Amino acid sequence: MQKRELLLGDEAVALAALDAGISGAYSYPGTPATEILEYVQSRAADYGVKASWSANEKVAYEGALGMSYCGKRALVSMKHVGLNVAADPFVNSGVTGVGGGLVLCVADDPGMHSSQDEQDSRYLAHFALIPCLEPRNQQEAYDMTREAFELSERFATPVMVRIVTRLAHSRADVVTSARREQNALKLPEDVSGYILLPSNARVQYDKLVKKYPLLEEVAAASPHNQISLEGDRRVGILCNSIAYNYIREAFGGTIPHPFVKVGMYPMPKAMIRRLVEAVDEVVVVEEGYPFLEEALRGITGAGKPVHGMLDGRLPRTGELTPAIVAKAFGIVSEIPFVPTLEKLPGRPPALCPGCPHADSFRAVKLASGDGPKVPIFSDIGCYTLSFYPPYNAVDSCVDMGASISMAIGAAHAGLHPVMCSIGDSTFGHSGMTGLLTAAYEKLPMTVFILDNGTVAMTGTQDTLLTGEALVKAVIGLGVEPEHVRVLSPLPKNLEENARIIREELEYKGLSVIIPRRICVQYKR
Amino acid sequence: MKQDIILAGVGGQGILTIAFMLDSAALARGYRIKQAEVHGMAQRGGAVYSHLRFADSEILSDLIPAGQADMILSVEPLEVQRYLPYLHRNAVVVSSVHPFKNIPDYPEEKAVLDALLELPRAVLVDARQIATAHKMPRAENMAMLGAALPFLPFELADFDPFIRAQFERKGEAVVQSNMAVLAQGFRTGMAVKERLDAGMPADVAFRETHPNP
Ligand SMILES: Cc1ncc(C[n+]2csc(CCOP(=O)(O)OP(=O)(O)O)c2C)c(N)n1
Ligand code: SF4
Repeated sequence: MQKRELLLGDEAVALAALDAGISGAYSYPGTPATEILEYVQSRAADYGVKASWSANEKVAYEGALGMSYCGKRALVSMKHVGLNVAADPFVNSGVTGVGGGLVLCVADDPGMHSSQDEQDSRYLAHFALIPCLEPRNQQEAYDMTREAFELSERFATPVMVRIVTRLAHSRADVVTSARREQNALKLPEDVSGYILLPSNARVQYDKLVKKYPLLEEVAAASPHNQISLEGDRRVGILCNSIAYNYIREAFGGTIPHPFVKVGMYPMPKAMIRRLVEAVDEVVVVEEGYPFLEEALRGITGAGKPVHGMLDGRLPRTGELTPAIVAKAFGIVSEIPFVPTLEKLPGRPPALCPGCPHADSFRAVKLASGDGPKVPIFSDIGCYTLSFYPPYNAVDSCVDMGASISMAIGAAHAGLHPVMCSIGDSTFGHSGMTGLLTAAYEKLPMTVFILDNGTVAMTGTQDTLLTGEALVKAVIGLGVEPEHVRVLSPLPKNLEENARIIREELEYKGLSVIIPRRICVQYKR
Repeated sequence: MKQDIILAGVGGQGILTIAFMLDSAALARGYRIKQAEVHGMAQRGGAVYSHLRFADSEILSDLIPAGQADMILSVEPLEVQRYLPYLHRNAVVVSSVHPFKNIPDYPEEKAVLDALLELPRAVLVDARQIATAHKMPRAENMAMLGAALPFLPFELADFDPFIRAQFERKGEAVVQSNMAVLAQGFRTGMAVKERLDAGMPADVAFRETHPNP
């Protein structure tokens, strides 16, 4: 039965996984991937699947691998930097191989709309020697995700589906196809492949390396990798999926040059070679890093002139747009209107009026007095927006959990007092291990855990560690109970809160201050 | 048939609700659709936009190419400025006149409106007045959607089922009020359109359709 539905790219991936018969979906929130698990959750009862947030991406990936070990299909999704956190199980699941189909959907964020970098996950698929499918529209997001599960089971390998912000957060009409039943529970006949002792791991790694040429054959024959030798051969085009849309758009629908479009990896080398042989020069256009371009240039060059990000034909950073791609081919369209106001101020995101974090940082400021600013090592979440005026509060934000761990280094370096701030969800994600380290070493630090009862920045998903459970966890990690202080960050408590913070800043040991008030955007 | 529309505003103003309404109406009429939107950080009071494209044939890019958009539909007058380079020569700008000031360096209000009224096809609408007249202060977005409809291949009634779907859980009165706001926005948009089509400059058309500023 076919149906036409209006779906975000994220939702198309989620629905395809449901229709492909997953038994579980695993994730940790992260823009632009969050809506994948949210969509699975919205239909979980109907499809009879498990779908809940994990404490972090590593836990999510391992949950999916455990489901797959039991013979059932699983989807795991995350944003690109989440895959850094999950890199250990990800790479090693290539070595173990899988039971039930295991598909990883990773959403890259070229242009850094909501991220700290624009890393390209295709490198990680290549690194782990697993296949990667790259949809160019919402329909392909649906179709390729379904195909990814088949591929995963056929080759006993995890499969990556790589999407980007523009696809993840863009809606289009999608035709869906019939639902498949879930797999039955079935344990592996030989578990040695999952026990990566060196003796087993060597056998498994050998299998993985031998699997790769088979995957190369599949990719070479895949309809997702397309070659055309029609048209003006003075220029040939090598591109990936989203870039292909912009190129067609620039040329009014039909590309007037020979081209290769890559939508499945391992990259189709023979196909690319045929293209290069047929043309005078090659322009490479990719959304992401110059992954294809670097391979094409190699060390000795492609034997023909190559243009792309590495020679400045296209920008090396940022997101592709139709205009950037058109310009790479010398096509410039008329722009009749430009901003008519003399000065156009930016409008960056800001803490909401009434945000609890604002009251927390005001109290910290009051407590620290008028002397030179004491740095606050901070973390990723809404509270990072306190970097902007009028707060100017935080002094670092690198990766999730880095606040407490960087503060440890600063304490070792002799800084005093040492302050750091982290949100409740980020603390559950990867702050606990830092705090355990600090408590074990009895370091003089003041740690703020900003408990707003939700994962606010990504859209108020459920946080796993909040309220009294958070206090218990902090004490359980070894912080002295009398130095775990819970505050109510409200304007009327400003003086009182500042007084408590001052007390703890004067204490020469480890203290944890928990300003606790629900996010004003939280509804439920 | 193809329509490329940039929706603009500030996070929290209901841009994505407008997008949802237009998507749904376009789908119901059998058009192909692409609609890119902004989620995540920017939704915390930052500049928010959506690229909405519908057509009767395949749409390639999720983003509208610069110089090709048929319309900017904005719930905030300053936000229009950011997207002007997307417009083609005959495009129309439909904007609310009411500023959303959550930044310290918001320009002088009059300069913002005057800059818009210099555009050849500017449809300025006091959406706040329409929304509050129906005791629906948060429905400025629906008034603006209504004001854009005279320029789009839809009819008012197309939106009834989607307004119902969106607001049903808040009660019948809210559904009816939203429909009324949409209709009032539509009438204002139509009044301006008729004047522009007759060759009246945008600022005169605005003043004639908004006698009590
Ligand atoms: C590894 C990784 N995963 C996910 C994200 C996306 N992300 C950014 S902030 C955030 C959550 C913040 O929640 P919390 O710490 O509770 O702070 P709040 O936003 O609620 O203030 C997430 C999930 C990320 N940047 N990096
Ligand atoms: S969403 Fe919540 S935590 Fe984030 S800025 Fe708004 S009130 Fe603060």
